[in-house]
Amino acid sequence: MKRFPVQKQTLAIMVVLLPLLALFIYVSLRSGPLAPIPVTVTRVENQSIAPALFGIGTVEARYSYKIGPTVAGRVKRLNVHVGDLVKAGQVLGEMDPIDLDQRIRSQEAALKRSRAQVDEALARQNYAQTQARRYEELLAARSTSEEIVTGKKHELRVAETNLDAAREESVRVRAERDALIVQRRNLLLVAPVDGLVVLRNAEPGTTLVAGQAVVELLDPQSLWINVRFDQIHAQGLNANLAARIVMRTQAAELTGRVLRVEPLADAVTEEILAKVVFEKIPDPLPAVGELVEVTVALPALAAAPVVPNAAIQRISGQLGVWQVVGDDLHFTPVILGAADLDGHIQIREGLKAGDQVVVYSAKALTLRSRIDVVEQIPGVPR
Amino acid sequence: MISLAGRDIMHDWGKFVFTGVGLGLLIGVTLSMAGIYRGMVDDGKALLDNSRADLWVVQQGTLGPYAESSSIYDDVWRGIRAMPGVEQTANVTYLTMQVHQGERDVRSMVTGVTAGDPGSSGWPPYLVAGRQITRGHYEAVVDIATGFKLGDRLKIRRNHYTVVGLTRRMVSSGGDPIVFIPLKDAQEVQFLKDNDAILQQRRRTAANPAFNRPQVPGLLEDVISSQSTNTYVNAVLVQVAAGYDTEEVAQSIRRWKRLTVYTRSQMEDILIGKLIATSARQIAMFLVILSIVSAAIVAFIIYTMTLGKIREIAVLKLIGTRNRTIAALIMQQSIALGVIGFVVGKITATLLMAPIFPKYVLLEPVDSAIGFVAVVVICILASIIAIRAALKVDPAEAIGG
Repeated sequence: MKRFPVQKQTLAIMVVLLPLLALFIYVSLRSGPLAPIPVTVTRVENQSIAPALFGIGTVEARYSYKIGPTVAGRVKRLNVHVGDLVKAGQVLGEMDPIDLDQRIRSQEAALKRSRAQVDEALARQNYAQTQARRYEELLAARSTSEEIVTGKKHELRVAETNLDAAREESVRVRAERDALIVQRRNLLLVAPVDGLVVLRNAEPGTTLVAGQAVVELLDPQSLWINVRFDQIHAQGLNANLAARIVMRTQAAELTGRVLRVEPLADAVTEEILAKVVFEKIPDPLPAVGELVEVTVALPALAAAPVVPNAAIQRISGQLGVWQVVGDDLHFTPVILGAADLDGHIQIREGLKAGDQVVVYSAKALTLRSRIDVVEQIPGVPR
Repeated sequence: MISLAGRDIMHDWGKFVFTGVGLGLLIGVTLSMAGIYRGMVDDGKALLDNSRADLWVVQQGTLGPYAESSSIYDDVWRGIRAMPGVEQTANVTYLTMQVHQGERDVRSMVTGVTAGDPGSSGWPPYLVAGRQITRGHYEAVVDIATGFKLGDRLKIRRNHYTVVGLTRRMVSSGGDPIVFIPLKDAQEVQFLKDNDAILQQRRRTAANPAFNRPQVPGLLEDVISSQSTNTYVNAVLVQVAAGYDTEEVAQSIRRWKRLTVYTRSQMEDILIGKLIATSARQIAMFLVILSIVSAAIVAFIIYTMTLGKIREIAVLKLIGTRNRTIAALIMQQSIALGVIGFVVGKITATLLMAPIFPKYVLLEPVDSAIGFVAVVVICILASIIAIRAALKVDPAEAIGG
């Protein structure tokens, strides 16, 4: 009976020490570098994916018009404001004509004067003609001298020439007046097309140089999107592909299509440029310059082995996946095919449907890693 | 044979175990402190590992991109890519900033990764959920330490990013979690000022008569648009092709491209030797002091424990027990105490202490082994002092002398 208390004590100490020891072994093996790495695996599936291209762009107008004077001048009046819709031929404003009206009046007076001169020359010519005829008849009756008749004929020629000169002068003066009228009309700022006023650069009284725009118009029906795609992700971009358009201002998705892919790429930003048109111009009109996200859907591809892109690793310069065969982990080099925007990537070579590959891992894997296949990596918020 | 030490422990095992647990908590703190130091160094190395580069090409004469700011043109990579021995190049940008999500914001390092296939340099090497970035804009892969979930919308500067993937252990050298976003967005993030600043800048430019010339319509617009682009990145990551010497490739880039190039070991020196040197030394110093204090406390506990048994030892001597047996009793007890303390310490450090630290705590098995040896050695040394005291005891004390 003497041994029993000791045994009881031994038992008690075992109850304390053994779990402690077990916990210690568990802690040493299940945490730190010796612990197996939790991974999730998936089977490679044969499936068809629909790649898509993603780019951002800005709304721009295909046709925009800068309207301003062709010579330096001062703005006299401006009838339109930003946001006005104008018709082709509508007068938007006018440049100050300064002395142009007076010059037109002066030219009109000059024109009248030149007409009077024509009348005068005509009268002289008529008189000279009558005289010449009369003297010719007198010469035929031998009642005047040859010299006088020659003199009268000469006077007639001079009168005729004077009449011609007066007529030409009249034409010149009229042309000059017409030129001034055209110039006067040119001072009107006229809309070349139906459009929307988007900019009013100068107010009446402002002096402008030739070519400076007073008003900018654009054709609202010609709005399109100038989209930029990274060159590395622009394979398959073509005209007429359907596009989904998300504007920064509105959550609703619009539809459109690729109108053309620009032959010139941006060499500095390494981007391909494309123009995407709206299927239907949105109402209200989107602001020109607004940021837009464009997703262009490419045709679906034939079924091929597909893995999530999270499975792709690069080990010593080689792309591949960690393949799980039985309990063993080994690195399988692969050749990647097309990818879609949801993170699926086709494998051209290296894997077949049914292969088991590591998708997520709690740490970088190496060939010596021990793995522990789990449903979800611990610590990931759901 | 009956173990004298065992019998003595059994005699008052509750007290013994509790002393061991107390000791264990102290050892646990010391191990955690070692873990904090290791974690700090590992944070620095994780950044280098995760970028998966052999060479870092940065602005000439800088210690960039981590320790100093560095900026080079974003088309420099083309020239580098053509150098012999270069397998892959990738532009990268780093910027530590507050990333907003709803009401809260998280300090993180925003890293711009160049477009390409998963597995490129600079990309997160592994994920724990979600997928890698597939769109060229407005997607993010974040470290789970940020607390963001899949599908969260983040606000970085004025743009919104959707979290599409989660990763782990992707931290800056300061321990801030990394947010990976596409390079073009990241360039904008680095450069883009707030709207007020842009507006002010436009006004300032417009007020400058050199740029706002009526004779040259359009000049002002062009100048302004040239002010709002960023063609810089912080570094180019280079992977060296198999069969080439890293140092040689680095040397040829330094020589012909007139840029500063760091190899992995140089980068490690910069990060650990310069960037986190002071704070790491601070922790290391604290670790040293803590170790000394722990050692002293262990020694005191064993010494007082022995002195508490001085009467029993005197009895043992009186009945003619050999000195060796008494020495063994004390030493075995102190080693047992040390072992229990270490076991408890390791368990508490791993399960209770390490997980609650906000930054990474790396408990290395090597550290544990060193800790174990140190604990045993300290126990032995402490017990030697105690043994000396015990052996000097006069057996007469046993009978109340």
